[in-house]
Amino acid sequence: MSARDSGAPAGRTVYRIRWLPGTDRLHASCFCGAEREFEDPVVLWDWLLGHPEGHLPRPPEAHDSPAPAAALV
Amino acid sequence: MIVTEFARNQWYVAAYGHEVGRQQLGRTILNEPILLYRTEDGRAVAMADRCVHRRFPLSESPSHLVGDRVVCGYHGFTYGPDGVCVAVPAQQRIPRTARLRSYPVVEQDSFVWVWIGDREPGDTLPPRAPWLTSPDYTTVCGMEPLNARYGLLVDNLLDLSHETYLHGGYIGTPEVAETPITTEVDEDAGIVYVSRHMDDAACPPFYAESTGIKGRITRWQDIEYRPPCLYLLHSRVAPVGSPPPAPDGTDEHAFHVEVVYAITPSTENSTYDFWAVARDFALDDEKVSDFLRDSNRTVVLQDVTALNTLEQVIAAQPDRYQELSVNIDTGGLAARRLLARMAAQGDSVPSQAAAR
Ligand code: FES
Ligand SMILES: [Fe+2]
Ligand SMILES: [Zn+2]
Repeated sequence: MSARDSGAPAGRTVYRIRWLPGTDRLHASCFCGAEREFEDPVVLWDWLLGHPEGHLPRPPEAHDSPAPAAALV
Repeated sequence: MIVTEFARNQWYVAAYGHEVGRQQLGRTILNEPILLYRTEDGRAVAMADRCVHRRFPLSESPSHLVGDRVVCGYHGFTYGPDGVCVAVPAQQRIPRTARLRSYPVVEQDSFVWVWIGDREPGDTLPPRAPWLTSPDYTTVCGMEPLNARYGLLVDNLLDLSHETYLHGGYIGTPEVAETPITTEVDEDAGIVYVSRHMDDAACPPFYAESTGIKGRITRWQDIEYRPPCLYLLHSRVAPVGSPPPAPDGTDEHAFHVEVVYAITPSTENSTYDFWAVARDFALDDEKVSDFLRDSNRTVVLQDVTALNTLEQVIAAQPDRYQELSVNIDTGGLAARRLLARMAAQGDSVPSQAAAR
């Protein structure tokens, strides 16, 4: 018996959405490196699937800092 | 919106292997009536379930098998396992167009998969559910007909927070609805993953009685949906405080249940709901098998009842359908989109597909 780690292997066209614990917010990451937070999964998918529109990958040194708040729309 | 279009040029589960034998079985898949049976050497075959003569169903009595052939119960047209007509009553000449459409079949992991489409499957194989026939697991299974569009079942299975409300007392506990999910979509492979890891949860009867765990549990629900048809729920339960899986993947302190669904659209508003529960513990315990079979069937029927109701509601006012999606729907929305894309691709003729 073995436990599998859920989820897709790295290095692919993968979208990831994390529900931030203790909040109502969803954190979306595109395969291109762009990240953003949302409160509505429909708006979130519109943004993710709109790639590359509005997808600005974060600079590499910023990767350990907290995710930026969602831009105003 | 709930997906209603069918994704053609895909593999679908038509039946369990044990349902297909030396008696004809009729199933309607994506609106296509299909006849299934086994030849004398044990091969499962699938072909159109309508006689070319006057459309009598070949799965219906008095149609019957003679050796590897099926004889129409109305006027006796007789077909081979490849669907070609080999005998017409009272005449020598067999019209060249007298053949039933035959369907590619793959028998795998206890399922009989049928390819529904206009082109051949080529190298495309159905996705796997190896636990169902693994000697390391014991499986119980069933199929419930659902009088609802398949998209409603996809929505239902991608959001397990409903367990808390619809399946309380069986598999639902408060923690399921309370615990946030993570969602991943692998675009290349066309797979949706939804995970909910509960660190400290009540143990619902489904797991308490089957595993013997008395206290609270760590409960992981890892969904892997391979649209359109195959849904896998990798379920891991262990007493709170048990060690996590080892780096090499072994996980001897936990109980594992692989819950497998095959979602096969029959018509626009009916669906075959195949379900199977494979466990890696109490392998030879008949009581555990009976309990899990009864419990899971009860749970599936709770879903069937709710979705049948929902279908009536939606069908009554097709152009006034409104809904509101929240965080728990993140995975379901992803599944809908993949299905819509597959439906659009499956309909396009190959030259168009290549031009995209
Ligand atoms: S309908 Fe089948 S032989 Fe006439
Ligand atoms: Fe359910
Ligand atoms: Zn992007």
